[in-house]
Amino acid sequence: MGKHHRILLAKMGLDCHDTGIVIIAQLLRDHGYEVIYLGLHNSAEAVVRAALQENVDAVGISFLSGQHMTQMRLLMEALSRHQLDLPVLCGGVVPRDDADALAKLGVAEVFFPGTLGPDLIERVGRVLERQDHAA
Amino acid sequence: MTLLAELLDGDRRALARAISAVEDGTEQASVILAGIHHRVGRAAVVGFTGPPGAGKSTLIGGYVSALRQSGRTVAVIAVDPSSPLTGGAILGDRVRMLAHAEDDGVFIRSLAARGHLGGLSATAPLVIDLMDAAGFDVVIIETVGAGQSEVEIAELAAVTVVVCAPGLGDDVQAIKAGILEIADVLVVNKGDSPEAAVTRAQLFASQHLRSGEHRAVPILTATATTGQGIAELVAAIDAKLGEQPPRKTDSAQRIRRMLAAQAARLVRDSVLAGTDPTIEAICQDLQNGRLAIAQALARLFAACAQPKPPEKTD
Repeated sequence: MGKHHRILLAKMGLDCHDTGIVIIAQLLRDHGYEVIYLGLHNSAEAVVRAALQENVDAVGISFLSGQHMTQMRLLMEALSRHQLDLPVLCGGVVPRDDADALAKLGVAEVFFPGTLGPDLIERVGRVLERQDHAA
Repeated sequence: MTLLAELLDGDRRALARAISAVEDGTEQASVILAGIHHRVGRAAVVGFTGPPGAGKSTLIGGYVSALRQSGRTVAVIAVDPSSPLTGGAILGDRVRMLAHAEDDGVFIRSLAARGHLGGLSATAPLVIDLMDAAGFDVVIIETVGAGQSEVEIAELAAVTVVVCAPGLGDDVQAIKAGILEIADVLVVNKGDSPEAAVTRAQLFASQHLRSGEHRAVPILTATATTGQGIAELVAAIDAKLGEQPPRKTDSAQRIRRMLAAQAARLVRDSVLAGTDPTIEAICQDLQNGRLAIAQALARLFAACAQPKPPEKTD
């Protein structure tokens, strides 16, 4: 009994490089998180519906295709269409120049190339702590 | 509108939240569970079990498609194991069911076993009730990859489908002594493999060497990835559902209470006896403030789960 944090991880669009996201899934599992892994080729609508049904605490999307701005905008739009207020995390091959634009979209955390595991776990923990307080 | 009212109204978000409340054991959960009782018992509950990698999730994906074509709404519970070391989990069954990602008539929920043995999670029976009360026609429950002792599913499902994969060799032998016994329908998945016919023949032989009722277990071949054999699977499950009486929730409730009572007694007796060194150590640590109550409970339950020498019965 007691609260277990649940995080949905997915790849969106045509991007099929899943090595990174699988490593992150295992890292989160090793730190006690329940990871719902959605795999490749998801639409924004599919990610949001899964997040809703799974009642997750956060959504994490990984990119290695240069589609992060387009897909994150679609995802944030779908979230607000479903009135789902969830922290969204994004990582992978994302240029640092896009940090402000992603923040402006409402993305809670961006994990740029070179992010180390302990740093990621700490930042995910902080995001969820804020979410728990807000709830 | 309260969460309970929204749930009974079939609201998907309310169902999702109610499941979390039940999983986390909140106070709200008991209110909801008490409030749905009169609405439980309508859904057809179908269980899928089998060894890891047999293709349970993919087969369920195909089965759901067929149910949707016949106009039935479907809720799926997919259980995956929790890490015994960290409590974390990777719940990956949804990946095989992405075809239904945007279908309003399908609700999929992944559950971590959270240390529960038996192939399901401790809250799975209650989650079935929630989905039933939310109005789904069919509730499908998928166990963790199971082998020998994970037969709990048979008590919850009206029809239990055991999914086997060809070429598992000795593993096929191993499951013969376990979950094969609870099958209402047997499916050899990956039917496009050259070894599928051999596996089917082995299963056929093992079932037909047993007594009468086991001969009535249909043994199907399917290829979940292509959809071949799904129509036959639907027909076989429907036929078995037709033979079942409506869901006996009262008896399920009774069993549940019985189990809770037995578990409580086991724990109480073990603690009060004061003879088990592990439990004595937990009490000491608790007394000295070295353990929080939650940790003490976790350790205590682990200690109670250890097999004990048979007691003298009188």
